[in-house]
Amino acid sequence: MRFGVIVFPGSNCDHDAFYAVGNNLGQPVEYIWHDSETLGNADAIILPGGFAYGDYLRCGAIAKFSPVMQAVRRFAADGGLVLGICNGFQILVEAGLLPGALIRNRGLKFICRELRLRAATRNSPFTLAAQTDRILRMPIAHGEGCYFADERTLDQLEDEDRIAYRYIDNPNGSLRGIAGVLNRERNVMGMMPHPERATEPLMGSSDGLVVFHSMLMAHAPAPAAVRA
Amino acid sequence: MTITPDLISQHQLTGEEYGKIVQILGREPSYTELGIFSVMWSEHCSYKSSRLHLKKLPTRGKLVVQGPGENAGIVDIGGGYVIAFKIESHNHPSFIEPFQGAATGVGGILRDIFTMGARPVAVLDSLRFGRIDDPKTGARNRRILSGVVAGIAHYGNCFGVPTVGGECLFEPCYDGNPLVNVFALGVCKKEDVFYAKAAGVGNPVIYVGARTGRDGIHGASMASAEFTEESKQKRPNVQVGDPFMEKLLLEACLEAMATGAIVGIQDMGAAGLTCSTCEMGSRGEVGIEIELDRVPQRETGMTPYEIMLSESQERMLLVADKGREAEVFRVFKKWGLEAAGIGEVTGDGKLRVRHHGQVVAEIPNRELADEAPLYHRPYTQSRSTGSLAAGPSHVAPGVQAALPQLLSAPDICSKRCIWEQYDFQVRTNTLTRPEQTDAAIVRIKETGVSVAMSLDGNGRYCYLSPREGAQLAVAECCRNLSTCGAEPVAATNCLNFGNPERPEIMAQLVEAIEGMSGACRFFDTPITGGNVSLYNETLGEGIYPTPVIGIVGLMKTAAPVTIPFKNPGRSVVLLGGPGTCEEARFGGTQYAKEILKQLWGLPPALDLDREKRVQSAIREIVAEGLAESAHDLSDGGLAVALAECSFGPTEIGAQIDLVSDLRPEVLAFHEAPSRVLISTANPIKVAAIAEKYGVESPVVGITIEKEIEIRQRSVTLGTWEIATLKVDWERAMAT
Repeated sequence: MRFGVIVFPGSNCDHDAFYAVGNNLGQPVEYIWHDSETLGNADAIILPGGFAYGDYLRCGAIAKFSPVMQAVRRFAADGGLVLGICNGFQILVEAGLLPGALIRNRGLKFICRELRLRAATRNSPFTLAAQTDRILRMPIAHGEGCYFADERTLDQLEDEDRIAYRYIDNPNGSLRGIAGVLNRERNVMGMMPHPERATEPLMGSSDGLVVFHSMLMAHAPAPAAVRA
Repeated sequence: MTITPDLISQHQLTGEEYGKIVQILGREPSYTELGIFSVMWSEHCSYKSSRLHLKKLPTRGKLVVQGPGENAGIVDIGGGYVIAFKIESHNHPSFIEPFQGAATGVGGILRDIFTMGARPVAVLDSLRFGRIDDPKTGARNRRILSGVVAGIAHYGNCFGVPTVGGECLFEPCYDGNPLVNVFALGVCKKEDVFYAKAAGVGNPVIYVGARTGRDGIHGASMASAEFTEESKQKRPNVQVGDPFMEKLLLEACLEAMATGAIVGIQDMGAAGLTCSTCEMGSRGEVGIEIELDRVPQRETGMTPYEIMLSESQERMLLVADKGREAEVFRVFKKWGLEAAGIGEVTGDGKLRVRHHGQVVAEIPNRELADEAPLYHRPYTQSRSTGSLAAGPSHVAPGVQAALPQLLSAPDICSKRCIWEQYDFQVRTNTLTRPEQTDAAIVRIKETGVSVAMSLDGNGRYCYLSPREGAQLAVAECCRNLSTCGAEPVAATNCLNFGNPERPEIMAQLVEAIEGMSGACRFFDTPITGGNVSLYNETLGEGIYPTPVIGIVGLMKTAAPVTIPFKNPGRSVVLLGGPGTCEEARFGGTQYAKEILKQLWGLPPALDLDREKRVQSAIREIVAEGLAESAHDLSDGGLAVALAECSFGPTEIGAQIDLVSDLRPEVLAFHEAPSRVLISTANPIKVAAIAEKYGVESPVVGITIEKEIEIRQRSVTLGTWEIATLKVDWERAMAT
């Protein structure tokens, strides 16, 4: 499975996603520069963490206008797998590919911490390999990660089984403990925790591999040609 | 503008210094030239008060590739890779504007690292504030603290460098003079190191990054004076940081360097364009000529004086190979950065500045950059402490009550609310989180080697004896690395002192440098660079002498041994033994500070040879995999270290019984160095290694669940439930 990692000028977890996929998952991976209008022959796209264009305005508010995001939109519309991590999640929300918004943490401070979460469903290419009763340990590192949406949207997300991950110890005030959500078609997922930072024992946890293994499993029975 | 004596003194130049300027130029300087000299010859840029003494520091070693004199020191870590590292202060700006002062401090040191061609992979910070629990000044000190921490977080997190550790201490003397010292470390291939040296007559001089504005003019001079009531009006002298711009500069500079078209490069930090041009020229023994009209400017109508002295952030100056400029410009365009050719390298050794074609400054680079007047400032002895050796009479509160009180003291309590604001994991190389090990450890993925880092400084010890205090800081810093299994290899220092024109302050500086020099020689950790911050005084009130040392060590990449006890039923070994402590040596301890509210005598006694043997022993014990946990004894002594070892997720404590004739509170809380607390399943093998190095290694107890108990010859001094103690330790600063 070929992964593409989008690089905005202010991405700073791009190396980490690249390393996790290339080294710890053993899959081919390449960087895609933000002014690219195509995504090459990637089977899955990762929008990594960081501060895409500085994010002085609102996280992801400028990134959604970048050329590469037009390509990501088309890729997603065609059913391609798109994973947004941290800033990547913020960008997907700003771009309208995912519902809701990410606002400042409840305590108004940046938080870097390892915490516990659970897959809230197995019905998605990002949670397929997870067991919903298993506690997963992954770190967060963000200042604006409080998931927010109106009640109707939240109800709808629950009704449609679109909450991918939930915090066990909610660190930032996210409504209904939401750590990651899916789009209606279930091929786009954004999450605030960093699975790529939990992909080998030396990182303190390997639980983040669940996200990537799920993507591999989802990809295997349906090669790119069929999907197109 | 005519140069009047008033104008000269406004520029903080003495009559004698002015005379030397006239002599160098062979004429009166222009207003612009006066400004240029005043910043280059400021204490901050020229080290004129400290340079004679800094020469005493050891700077060479078998792994040292580059010592002091460049933007950062370079050390060989094997496998074809080197690390670049340095520590720098941003004390004055951080007091005036805590958030931006600290943020731009991080920005400055990061540029120093990637200027050398190295990608920054770790930041640590050493912070000092006034007491946050003082009824009168506490609220303000808290505000400064939270501003500084948020500023460091803002800059480092956005830039994408992990802030992996540091220290933060509180004393009333830092009320009007907080210290913000930031250490950064980067890594690159040995052949990819760049130097800040201009070369090649006719080569273009290129300006890259943010535009020049009127911000930060005379920042370097501001950092070279005491604070007065008017200092608050100097807020416009503090620059505003843009970490996104810095991130672009980092990536673009590394990419431009890889083209092979760059000859030399230096960041514009203190004294901005002035410093970068004349220093690069001086190092390369060439001249540099620039035309200010071509300098990208943020504001209109800027004078040559303002352009040359601006300290606008996120700017770099580089010299490229003539004919290959296009390659360099292409890279900067890709990253959306403004780059402009502003001049060229000349053969006459002079800095020549033109404005609208007219020469507005013409000064020989070497004299300007390297021949500032040096002062052998008079010094007496630092404060004599002999008369206080006896210590105050007091009724000693017992060990039982003192431990929780010490654990919730600002210096000792958990700093989680600080380090959680830093992204300490980005780049996925951080092998431990803060407070889990005595040193921060970052792996170098390319080589299988990890770098351990620690910052240490103890103003109280140094106030009692600058010489011994500085030695103790070096010893503790090395011990922190050794406890993690790393071999200390090189150091960087940041010397924070008061006004050197006062002989007793100058004495502190000289003694601290000599102490540090001796200890660094002894531990074979040469100083490869650093920073001196003087005039840390407000309204005539100086800080404690606060030399901060940063030491880096090397170890094989592996999961490190951490502080918390892991399993019940293990032997607790006190490597180095319970130690001893005279009354006079107890006056600098945290117990004296927090419980007795006193300061007297001398710092703990240090035996360098013994320290080295203890460190060799613990390194071998860790390398052999014999230690399940390890933690060195420092602030708060044995009892505090024992408690910290018990604060792991599983709440395993220990019951220990000590054989000693010391008074109970001295035994529990004295801070004699050269001691490490470990838990092990194999005390016999541990003892064998310790014996080899001639180090005591008594088994003092056994790990147990949920509780800590300390006994002295079977008499219980205190028992504590870990859960309760942990709350004291964790919540003290958070609330």
